[in-house]
Amino acid sequence: MLPLKEKDKPIVQKLLTAGCCARCVLRFCCVSVQAAYRQAQHETLKELQTFIMEKENNKVQDSAEIKPHNTELSQTVEDPPCKKAKLDPTEAVQSETDAAAMVTLKKESSVCVVCLGILQDLCGPDQAAKIAETVKAQNYEFDTLVLSVSLPAQLCVREHSCWVHVKKEVRQKGLVLDKDDVIQVKEAFKWVMQGLVTRQLEGVAVVSKSPFEVGVEFTHPNTESDCHFLAKCCPDCFKPTKNKQSVFTRMAVVKALEKISDGKFLEHYPCPPSEQSGSCTPQDIQCLHVSVFIAGRYNKFCRSLPQTPWVIDGERRMESSVEELIAAPILSAFRADGFNFSSSGREDVDVRTLGNGRPFAMELLNPHRSRFSKVEMKQLQETINKSSEKIRVRDLQIVTREAMSRMKEGEEEKTKSYTALVWTQKSIENEDISFINDIKDLTLDQKTPLRVLHRRALAIRQRVIHSMNVRFVDSHHFYLGLKTQAGTYIKEFVHGDFGRTKPNLCQLLKTDTDILELDVESVDVDWPPPIPE
Amino acid sequence: MDCVEQSNADAEAPSVIDRYFTRWYRADMKGKSCEDHCILQHSNRLCVVTLAETHPILQDGRTIKSINYQISNGCSRLNNKVSGKSKRGAQFLTDFAPLCRIMCSDDTEYTIYSCIRGRLLEVNENILETPNLLLGKPATEGYIAVILPKFEESKSITENLLTREEFESVVSKRSLSQPP
Repeated sequence: MLPLKEKDKPIVQKLLTAGCCARCVLRFCCVSVQAAYRQAQHETLKELQTFIMEKENNKVQDSAEIKPHNTELSQTVEDPPCKKAKLDPTEAVQSETDAAAMVTLKKESSVCVVCLGILQDLCGPDQAAKIAETVKAQNYEFDTLVLSVSLPAQLCVREHSCWVHVKKEVRQKGLVLDKDDVIQVKEAFKWVMQGLVTRQLEGVAVVSKSPFEVGVEFTHPNTESDCHFLAKCCPDCFKPTKNKQSVFTRMAVVKALEKISDGKFLEHYPCPPSEQSGSCTPQDIQCLHVSVFIAGRYNKFCRSLPQTPWVIDGERRMESSVEELIAAPILSAFRADGFNFSSSGREDVDVRTLGNGRPFAMELLNPHRSRFSKVEMKQLQETINKSSEKIRVRDLQIVTREAMSRMKEGEEEKTKSYTALVWTQKSIENEDISFINDIKDLTLDQKTPLRVLHRRALAIRQRVIHSMNVRFVDSHHFYLGLKTQAGTYIKEFVHGDFGRTKPNLCQLLKTDTDILELDVESVDVDWPPPIPE
Repeated sequence: MDCVEQSNADAEAPSVIDRYFTRWYRADMKGKSCEDHCILQHSNRLCVVTLAETHPILQDGRTIKSINYQISNGCSRLNNKVSGKSKRGAQFLTDFAPLCRIMCSDDTEYTIYSCIRGRLLEVNENILETPNLLLGKPATEGYIAVILPKFEESKSITENLLTREEFESVVSKRSLSQPP
């Protein structure tokens, strides 16, 4: 039983004649009863045809014997009862409406001029089965899913055309049809499909928001040029993008349609829209799980390991990297497609990271598995630690996206501690270097070091060394401990970088000095929260 | 005993230059005898212009009276302003572009040249304040300038320069031809 009113008749008439499918007709009549769309199309079409053939004057029908409409659906309509379309073929009267009905019957099997088949054969149990099959094949872990639908932009143009077409009719009757009241094709599609998909996936709820998204996309190459006239009429809506993708995005097309006057529109586009012989083409179904974020702290025990892969001109210069060693077991456990690794600062290839380690966070892209218990995370941490002697991770945990910004805080603001093995040209004794222990809050002016100047701007940075301590080794070596502000270049402080870091250790000790080894002792960021062993 | 220890320590000493730079030389710059320049090329392709040990300024106990980065009426290397990662605004130098003029106490004057093509990133202002740096540490704190060659030219700029061995053989030939 369709919840249609008398005022809807001219709209139904006009749209059926124009070549709209039954469900699109319902949409333009603002029918928001989901069940009406779930009904088989041909049933809906029959009811619509009957509806328009019904006489305007109800008095005749009331007095006649009323045969109850006999479909199952009449019992499942949730909305309050509206005026029903009555079946009374014996009372069919030869009128204009009959002629029109004959016309609509002819067009029953043709492609809808508005939805181009989306709400016809492209939405139903077959499509639901395909979706379910793809989802199952890709083996994701999920409780719910959200169905996202991508329709060709030219459907907006066709929709607009139909709306203009019926607007005239509606205004004549003194009624108002607001474009916003018309049900969107996407919505109607979802109303039909959601239940069907749920059934195919053994009860997984299809909801409006979920970390797991199943995307269906349709294209219709034949009508792609339908949008092009809009670029001439509203050029400011269509800005060329950096990508090669079409400038006729859905958003841009919608914006242009809001701006364009009806008169201008009708100059360039048929109203109602043209018939098409083919329906839309469904593209491959895309599954995407929202990213999962993993955080932890890492130690680096090797002096020949870069943090990120070292590749020049397509050739790998150094074997492996911190991020690859950490990511490999995690990627495989979460069955993710890829990752983005970031950390609170970095160390050079030849520098070790000791102590509690350096905070890092990884975004895992499209994880097929996303739920891990604390125990499982511990096991994953063990796996990483067993896989290589070069690195070690601790405090491995799942965190939110917002947590990433906490980590970056540390890079700029927090202090770090180091130990350097220093070589001196002149011979030294313990007494010669002990004054260093008393130096507090030494401000350095560091020009961008030569070793990074090729890729960084030339600037002078002021950085503070909060404190230092020395441990004598022999007449030409000692260990220098430093606690410094974030962003201080330690190596350049020790050897002076051609005098471009001032003051520097050479000046303080009045001899040439150089750095033989450097270790990071601590990165003083109290994130991520520690996980007790 | 001390000497042996010292030289052992020196032998171990892995200098910053040895770790990161390759030494290239231009001998008798612009035909002027012994005005040798040493270009330190970093593994990241940046070049540091320095005086070679054989340069006249560093010989015969000369001291420096003045260093002038104003190389012409319209151009001072001190006005070089560089901005951003791509070093926009840098003065572009060719092989024979003068970097500075150095006047010594015995009134001899020498011009130091770029020796390579590229963007001038900085000139050493420390030697203006402390000219002795140039005499005492010509290869490090007494450097003259830092130049960034074009990426495409980073290998080809050394075509006109001598390797350390080639330079040493040029130098040894000089002392052979010296009158006794």
